[in-house]
Amino acid sequence: MNEMGVNPLVVSHLSRNFGGVRAIDDVSLELKPGERRAIIGTNGAGKTTLFNVVNGQIPPSSGEIHIFGQNATKRPLHARAALGLGRTFQITSLFRSLTVIDNMIIAVQALHPCHFVFWRRAQRYRDVTARAEALLEKWNLADRRNELVKNLSYGTQRQLEIVMALAGEPRLLLLDEPMAGLSAAETHLATDIIVNLDRDITVLLIEHDLAAAFSIADSITAMDQGRIVAEGTPDEIRKESSLQKIYARGGATNS
Amino acid sequence: MNRTSIYAGIFVAIAAVLGAVLSPYDTGLLTQMLIYGIFAMSLDLLLGYTGMPSLGHAAYFGLSGYAAAILTLKLGWGFALAAPAGLLVAVVAAALFHLLALRTAHSYYLMITLAFSQVLWSVAVSWTELTGGDNGLPGVKRPDLGAWLPWSFATTRGFFYFVLIIFVVAAFALYIFVKSPFGYALRGIRDNEMRMRALGYNVWAYKFTVAMVSAFFAGLAGELYMYLNSFISPSSLSVTVSAQVLMMILVGSVGTLFGPVLGAGIFVLLQYVLSTYTDRWLFVIGLIYVGVALYAPEGAFGLIRDRMRTKRSARP
Repeated sequence: MNEMGVNPLVVSHLSRNFGGVRAIDDVSLELKPGERRAIIGTNGAGKTTLFNVVNGQIPPSSGEIHIFGQNATKRPLHARAALGLGRTFQITSLFRSLTVIDNMIIAVQALHPCHFVFWRRAQRYRDVTARAEALLEKWNLADRRNELVKNLSYGTQRQLEIVMALAGEPRLLLLDEPMAGLSAAETHLATDIIVNLDRDITVLLIEHDLAAAFSIADSITAMDQGRIVAEGTPDEIRKESSLQKIYARGGATNS
Repeated sequence: MNRTSIYAGIFVAIAAVLGAVLSPYDTGLLTQMLIYGIFAMSLDLLLGYTGMPSLGHAAYFGLSGYAAAILTLKLGWGFALAAPAGLLVAVVAAALFHLLALRTAHSYYLMITLAFSQVLWSVAVSWTELTGGDNGLPGVKRPDLGAWLPWSFATTRGFFYFVLIIFVVAAFALYIFVKSPFGYALRGIRDNEMRMRALGYNVWAYKFTVAMVSAFFAGLAGELYMYLNSFISPSSLSVTVSAQVLMMILVGSVGTLFGPVLGAGIFVLLQYVLSTYTDRWLFVIGLIYVGVALYAPEGAFGLIRDRMRTKRSARP
């Protein structure tokens, strides 16, 4: 399965219009295997639209998306997970009325052959339950196993949000503002999780918290008004004077 | 033996004993409870487990009953052919209807299911040659399984035990169904459809399949009901029946299997008791429902379950 040299994500000339508005405008992007790339930009720069088009939630107006060498432009959202794509959501998207372990079981069995079986009990698939338990163990959530997700603290929910995205063993992970709404301590914890991810996993993340973005990413893409305005290592981006103008214009809301 | 199978055993034992000692009339009521129990469980697959609120579930209940009755009376088919064919009609109808209906969700799904069942109802009323119109179709004999079962269904008691066997098999099948990987996926869809898609689930295929499974069990209940009365009329397709089965679930407990069965029992009992006092018994049941919604939103089974949990945890 390990196609060395095949880029996990290639986005070419991608555009998306909403009525007369070009939310993203001729965006091209290439991620190398194992790369950690952060997309930064002010509100309305097109980051989330780009994410949703890559993920498959909304179709592009033009352009193409290749995931591990396969043309995914027309694939429905659920079929992209099978290509190795996983994602988290900016607004926590968990199964709130279920327990932590049941959330994990649903996430683990998604790409397991048993996912459509209705004539056997789920408990019988020991490999699924064992993997769900192991993931909770690894990410320090094992003691919350039987709690209902809606009763967890917000920080723990954000943590589970990431761990659930890892359940399908994605090789390309999209993280939509993983630090949104976290306290400083929790941001630290989440940063640790992301930094410690297996290097086989390529990561694309949107992050408003620039300090966090710079500490996680080894390359940065800056967007403004739907276009890519700069791309480079964190050091190069720091020196980019045009960005300071954009952030100054965008006001203090995105600091 | 786990706790669930012990409770299930007690439940079946009580029902079997009651069927032996009660008067034929009361045994008939008990049969109705079991039939509505299957019907209510089938709807809860959609409403409670998948989050698809159907206000037209009588469509499959009545359609299957009508199909079996028409095949028996007009084409002279035997039970062994007519009964499975009736179920097939309900399942195929559900499949065709959901090709369209799955474009909607939430309250729009509720409206389109209501419209679907109303269309079938008006066909049953107006296509007199086939359905007998308002008069319905009387005279479908109860099945005679001859060598298969050693007792006759002609008596109320004999038919009750047949329904009890079907009920146990259906409840067991549904129990496995909701505990299966498929059942887990349904609860995921109910809670967060977008996350399910991002995880790689083909949400449409799950909804389409559960709609057919639900129609199968609703159709099963509808046929049993038709055989119980040896009669079917357009009222079996009416919105009243759809609303009643919805109310059974809400009174019993949404998102469980035993809750709807309990709700069906309460409903049949209330209907029997109240209708001896007033013709406006539905009105009283409506008031009771309002009370449940306000003071026990988890339903009767929810209340019992919570009480048992507190007791268990309070034990030293």
